[in-house]
Order: sequence, then structure tokens, then C-alpha cells
Amino acid sequence: MEQQELHLTVNGEDHTLACDPDLPLLDVLRAELGLAGPRFGCGLGLCGACMVIIDGKARSSCDYPAWAAEGTEVTTVEGLHHDGTLHAVQQAFLDEQAAQCGYCTSGMVVAAAALLTVNPAPTAQEVRAALDGNLCRCGTHGRVVAAVLRAAGQHDGEQAAHGNGGEQVAHEGSGQAVR
Amino acid sequence: MTPPPPGLAAYPSLAANPVLSSWLAFSPGGTVTIRPGKVEYGQGVWTALAQVAAEELDVALARVTVAPVSTGTSPDEGVTSGSLSIQHSGSALRQACAQARVLLLAAAADKLGAAVAELAVEDGQILAAGQPTGLSYWSLAGPGLLDREAGDPVPVKPPDRWSVAGRSAPRLDLPDKVTGRPRFLHDLVLPGMLYGRVVRPPAAVAELVSMGDPDLPPDVVVVRDGSFLGVVAATDAQALRAARLVAKTAQWHVTDSLPDDRDLKGFLLSAPAEDVPVESRRDAGAAASATTVRTAEYTRPFLAHASMAPSCAVARWDAGSVTAWSHSQGVFALRDALAAGLRLDPAQVTVNHAEGAGAYGHNGADDAALDAVLLARAVPGRPVRVLWSREDEMSWAPLGSAMLARLSAGLDDRGKIVTWRQDVWSNGFIGRPGRGGDPRLLALAHLAGGRPMPPAPDGPPTGAMGSTRNAVPGYDIPDLEVVRHRLLTMPIRTSSLRSLGAFLNVFAIESFMDELAECAGADPVAFRLAHLTDPRAVRVIEEVVEFSGWAGRPRQEGTGYGIGYARYKGLAGYCAAVAKVEAQDDVHVRRLWLAADVGTVINPDGVVNQVEGGAVQSTSWAIRERVTFDRAKITSLSWDTYPVLRFTEVPQVAVRIVAAPGQPETGAGEIAQGPVAAAIGNALAQAVGVRMRDLPLTREQVIRAIEEG
Repeated sequence: MEQQELHLTVNGEDHTLACDPDLPLLDVLRAELGLAGPRFGCGLGLCGACMVIIDGKARSSCDYPAWAAEGTEVTTVEGLHHDGTLHAVQQAFLDEQAAQCGYCTSGMVVAAAALLTVNPAPTAQEVRAALDGNLCRCGTHGRVVAAVLRAAGQHDGEQAAHGNGGEQVAHEGSGQAVR
Repeated sequence: MTPPPPGLAAYPSLAANPVLSSWLAFSPGGTVTIRPGKVEYGQGVWTALAQVAAEELDVALARVTVAPVSTGTSPDEGVTSGSLSIQHSGSALRQACAQARVLLLAAAADKLGAAVAELAVEDGQILAAGQPTGLSYWSLAGPGLLDREAGDPVPVKPPDRWSVAGRSAPRLDLPDKVTGRPRFLHDLVLPGMLYGRVVRPPAAVAELVSMGDPDLPPDVVVVRDGSFLGVVAATDAQALRAARLVAKTAQWHVTDSLPDDRDLKGFLLSAPAEDVPVESRRDAGAAASATTVRTAEYTRPFLAHASMAPSCAVARWDAGSVTAWSHSQGVFALRDALAAGLRLDPAQVTVNHAEGAGAYGHNGADDAALDAVLLARAVPGRPVRVLWSREDEMSWAPLGSAMLARLSAGLDDRGKIVTWRQDVWSNGFIGRPGRGGDPRLLALAHLAGGRPMPPAPDGPPTGAMGSTRNAVPGYDIPDLEVVRHRLLTMPIRTSSLRSLGAFLNVFAIESFMDELAECAGADPVAFRLAHLTDPRAVRVIEEVVEFSGWAGRPRQEGTGYGIGYARYKGLAGYCAAVAKVEAQDDVHVRRLWLAADVGTVINPDGVVNQVEGGAVQSTSWAIRERVTFDRAKITSLSWDTYPVLRFTEVPQVAVRIVAAPGQPETGAGEIAQGPVAAAIGNALAQAVGVRMRDLPLTREQVIRAIEEG
């Protein structure tokens, strides 16, 4: 295990660290930089809980060597909000109450934010495809898709968001029915 | 302690923990701290409990904070399970707050020389004749005021006067979770903390024969006790690396101990079992009137909790005391199990709860806590954090048992069900720490002198518990017998998984109802309604039929619609589901409609979120999930080999809450599991024209069923 100097740019700040550059980027973000947002889920890049944005692209940080992140811009979920103002995706997750346990939430927020920078007006199907690498065990998928569409300014898209039915649903709420 | 007033019997949690100050405190800064004994594990229950307290006290919801559960300070409300948090903790908190309010108003009346009837409360401020008095809960709640035991129950606010409860409130925990602030146990960093990893045996039954000489850095501590093997290092990365080196040099003697993965029926029917009657109402005359008899068998495989986060724990071993941090659902039972397993006095052990990822039952949380304690014992005074690997989470955490339900029913010549028998074979579901008198923590079996964990108990033999949860059909049937066959060997460790046996039993009963309806030449909905008299049951079915457009559903080759219904546990929330399934190339669940009656609702959006999530998870179980194993070990170790439903695969879900004014609160987290699986099974049978009775309902099952059909 070689300690080497590692230069990372994370959430706009430059860091010089002494650590093993072969460590997964996730370990460095959590253990060295104290960022709790990226979360360990599987270690194999299969669940999305550890997603961060690297040069504009959302990807798993658990299977990404730290040395490969040198010279890139890394953004974690902590880097999306500034001075108390939430990113539109973060606010939309709150507005839609798009979580249960929330362990996978930061990876999804990051993946959605990356999507909206390249595709500011995605369809529900495009949102689902973009988030297909993010697993949710609690079953909040419909709410998450609605939140991403809301962040993209598509309030009307909410009803279509709740699944892969591929058809527009008539308004299904009335009285106490919420969705 | 004097015995609690008899009226408190309706509030079991409060009767067991009667001191009011153990439930709530008026904190400096104008906040109210509530201390439920139920943990938050991702279902939003803390938000609902805060709403209950805010409502009863007449304070703004924003003033209420929830204290994490700790065995040192919280009321012992047992395990957070069974969809009982709102029912038990909510009712206790409501009554505790109501009694606190009475005490505070009496103190205010005393100070003001006014009658209590003239006083009112507005956001914690005391008003007299509508005017501020300068008094507030915070100025009145002097030391000791709430350090008294609850008295006879006082009236609580009726729901028709609620303004905070009964309305959707945003979750208190989500702002942290969308911004990535440390909140989970996995984020806890204590001063001087070290990092541990456990090297698990390579098979379900394996004995550590020898350890080689791994080339480890000098500061790594290796802990070996019998076949329990672990390492402690300065960082998690170092611990992981050391654990891999240790694993490479360790020699194990492996014994094949697992059943045949491809013959679960054979395993369930041949293993030794105890046969316990669950329900028996005999009507020989009715049974004799049967003119048609049908029998069918339904199965489910072993299912994994598969939490998004591998289990984690922190522990510190000090002279004379042990402190653990765990995402266990039952910190009190865990404390006692740790003490029993390590021969400590429970008073020496404190377990603090911190949030983990959604668990959906008894996952590896408790076992990880013992791991952390065992490793911390090797480095006294230093906290040690243990994180499981994904692979260990998938293979060493308890599983939901494989099950077989054999149903037999007789119809009379008018197409009415006159007799029904249901036999359920399963390992037990009640395998939490301490159940059946055994600590039931994983590593105890691996320690020197340890013995294998006894087979899991299954709880009282009723239609509400264990593998026979929902095995007693809720339909009006004169002659009925239900029998539980609990396996007495446990080659694969089982325990609680969301809804316990209800998932298979409802799938079986509701599939069978469709089969019987077909036999009777009846419409599936009409057939169910002909056997139901409970108006709340009828109401959820009629509601889902109406809003799913059941009557006008199109008939298309390869597409099917199905219905499923159950009252959870036979005594809690009602749920009816309709599914739309397409089965041209693969099995796709496109749409789900659910109607739910969970009695009085505290947080409607919270209920909808739970029902939606339950529906999606049930869909994943029903069409996708299956634990696989060879004769020595579990082989479904990752998301590749244990896939769950993804964003592009989840159905569109619509939920309607059916209002039930005046009905008691019930849980919502588990009501969807059975009805959704049944609706999917019935829809698939319609789509492909063949009945499938073995979960999961995969493409391969469809092909096999068509070939055999």
C-alpha cells in the first residue's frame, strides 16, 4: 500500500492528499474528505448508491480508482447545493417526497442532475433509462421519476412518471387519494 | 413501582413505560423532544409520530424533534416490526402528550388563579379567554413536572378536530438525505475509531482448521475465536485488505449442508416438521355438500432482504461496559442477546440506534453489532466500526423462508365454497435475537464452543403470525382447517421478511380463488364478493374495481388483468390490488392499482408512499427474485445474481386510500405484499392462458407451464 500525493478537485475545491491512489474514489471521498453523501452499496458499480459526477458524467465511485480522478472535476451530492439553496433536483425530491430510507437518494440526485445538464427536458422514459443503474429497494421509483420531471419544469409530466406503463393516465386522485 | 391504572391496558407501550418524561420533554429553545421506543428505518414513522405529538400538544410540527432510540434512555417498546409502530407507539405518545397537557394546564390555572376550562393552548403558549398569558409549556414545565407515572387515560383530541395529524406532512429526515448530510450509522465517525472486517466461513457449515501466516502490517489486529475470524485496522480500506489476506491463508473444513436448489418442494415436504393446528371450524354438513373439489400447491423461494446498505455497527468495549451502535429494529432485544451471548449483565450493555438503509425485516444489523463487539473486545477503549461486504449481506443475513402452501377446497352445486383446507410448510419467520430463548446472533455459532443456531420459531400458531400469517382465508367459509408445518431443521437461516407468510399465503389463496371462480363459471370479482360480508373488505374491492376500470378492461392476446385482496393478518389493514401484465416476450408488470383502508390515517402521503413501495417490492419478489445456492453455500451474492426490479421495469402504481373515519389506526407497510403478488399471478394466468403457482413468475416458468399445460 503506497502512500502517494493525490490531487483531486472535488465540489470546486482543490485537495492534495497523501493516500494510496489505487483506493476507490469512494473511499477517498468518504474517509479522507469526510463526504458522507456518496454511499457504499456493493463495491462493484452495480447499485448506484456511490454515484458522483466526474467531468459531467454520473458514474459509480466505488469501482473508480482515485488516481483516475486526478485532473477531473468531481461533484458529489454535497456540491449540488450552495449557500442553503438546493439544486432543483434536490428541491424536487423534497417536493415529491421521493424517498423512503434515502440510502440510495444521493446517488439518484447526482445521476438526475447529470442527466438534466445534457438533457434539460427529458421524457419520463428517458429519466427511467438514465436512472436504470440506480437501484431502489424501497420502491420509490415512481416518485423519483416525478421529481426529476418536476426539476425539469415538467409538472404535467408527473402522472406519466409513475412507472413504465407507457400510457398517459387519467387523473387518479380524488378525496384522500393522493396519487 | 405501583401497578399501572387498569385503563392504561389499552396503551400497552405506555403501561409498560408509564413515566411521562420518558416519552417527552420540553427542551430549551421552545422545542418538544419526543422519545418513541420505535426506530425509524426508512418508513417515515418518526414523522407520523411527531405529527401525533404536535397535534395532541397543540404545538407546531416544526417544534417537535425525535430522539434516537437508546436502551439507556428510551421506553422499551420491543421490536419495530409487524406494522405496529403507529398503533402502539402512536397511541402511547398521544396519551402521554394528552396527560402532559393536562398537567401543564393545571399548573397554568394554578398560577393564573383561573379555571382550566378558561385556558387554551396555541403553539405551546397558554391563552386565557383567548389572550396571551405570558405562560408557555416551556415556562411551566419545571424540573420534575413530567417525572411521574401516567394516570388513568384522559380524553384525546378526536380526529375531526385534527389540524396537524391526518394531513400529509413532509418527512423530517429527507432534507438530510437529499443533501448528503451524515445521518446513517454508516456515516458515524467516533474519536479514535478503528475499522474491523469479519472473514466469514466459505460455506454455511465450515470449520476453521488453520490459519496461515498472512503478511500483514504490524498495526493490524487479527481476532480468532474458534471459527470466528476478523481483523481490526486503522482504516476501512486497510481492514478490507487485511481481511482478504487472512481469507487467502485460512484453511476450512467445509460440510455440504444445503438442500437441492432445484427441488424446494422436495426439501419442504421431506424435512422433519412439527404440525400445529392454526384454525379449525368444522361443519360436516357443509363439507358433505361439496360437489367439486380442487387441490393446488403454491410455492415461493427463499427471498433476501437485500438492503441497499450492507449491515454496519460500531462498538466500544470498556472496563465493565459495552456500548454498541446498531441499525437493529430491536435495540432492547439486541442488548439482551449481546449480554446473554457474551455472559454479561444486560445493565453493562447499551445499544444506541442509528438509521440504516431500509431493512424490510430482520437483516444482518444485529449480527453486525455482535461482530463489532467481538472485535472491539480485542482493542478495549477504542470504538470499532464493522461493515459487511455486499456478498456477506446477501448470504449471511437471515432470509425469508421458502414456502409451500397446499390448498384444497370444495364447491357446492351453487358454486359456493363450502370447505377449505390449507397446509403451510415453511421454516420459521420469528428468528430475531432472543426469540425462543436463544440469542440468535450469527457469530455465536462460530465462536469456540458455539453451537449451531436452533431452527427459527414461528410465533403463536394463528392466522396473524409467522408462516401462517394470512393462511386463514378472510372469506365466509363454513368448514375450514388450516395447519402449520414448521420445519425442525434450518439448513438456510430464516427470519422475518416483510409480511412474513402473508406474501405466499395471499398469493396462494387469491390465485386459488380465481381458479375456483373459473370452476364455478363466475367472474373473479363477483365470486369474491359472494364470499365476503365485511363491508370494509367489500369497499376496497369495489374501489379498486372502479378506479382501475376493471369492467372495461380490454381483452388482448398476451395481456392480462388480475385482482388480489387481503386483510393483512386477518385483523389489520385492508388492501385490494389490480395488476396489468404483458407477457409476449417476457413477464412485464405494467400497471398496478391499489385501494387501501388502514383505518385512521396520520400522514396520508406517508401511507401512500408505503403502499406504493410495498407494491413495487412485491412485484420484484413476484416476478424476479430468488435466492440461489449449491449444496454448500448461497450463490446469489450480488445484484447480478440477485437482480431486483429496476427503473425501466417498475410498474406504474396508483394508490387510493379508502377513508375509514373512526376506525383504529393500522400499519400500511406490509398490506400490499400479498394482494399485489396475487393480482400479478392472476393477470399472468389470463395473459398466457395457463396457471403458474411457483414464484417467481419468470419467463422460464411461463414456458415450463405452457409446455406442461
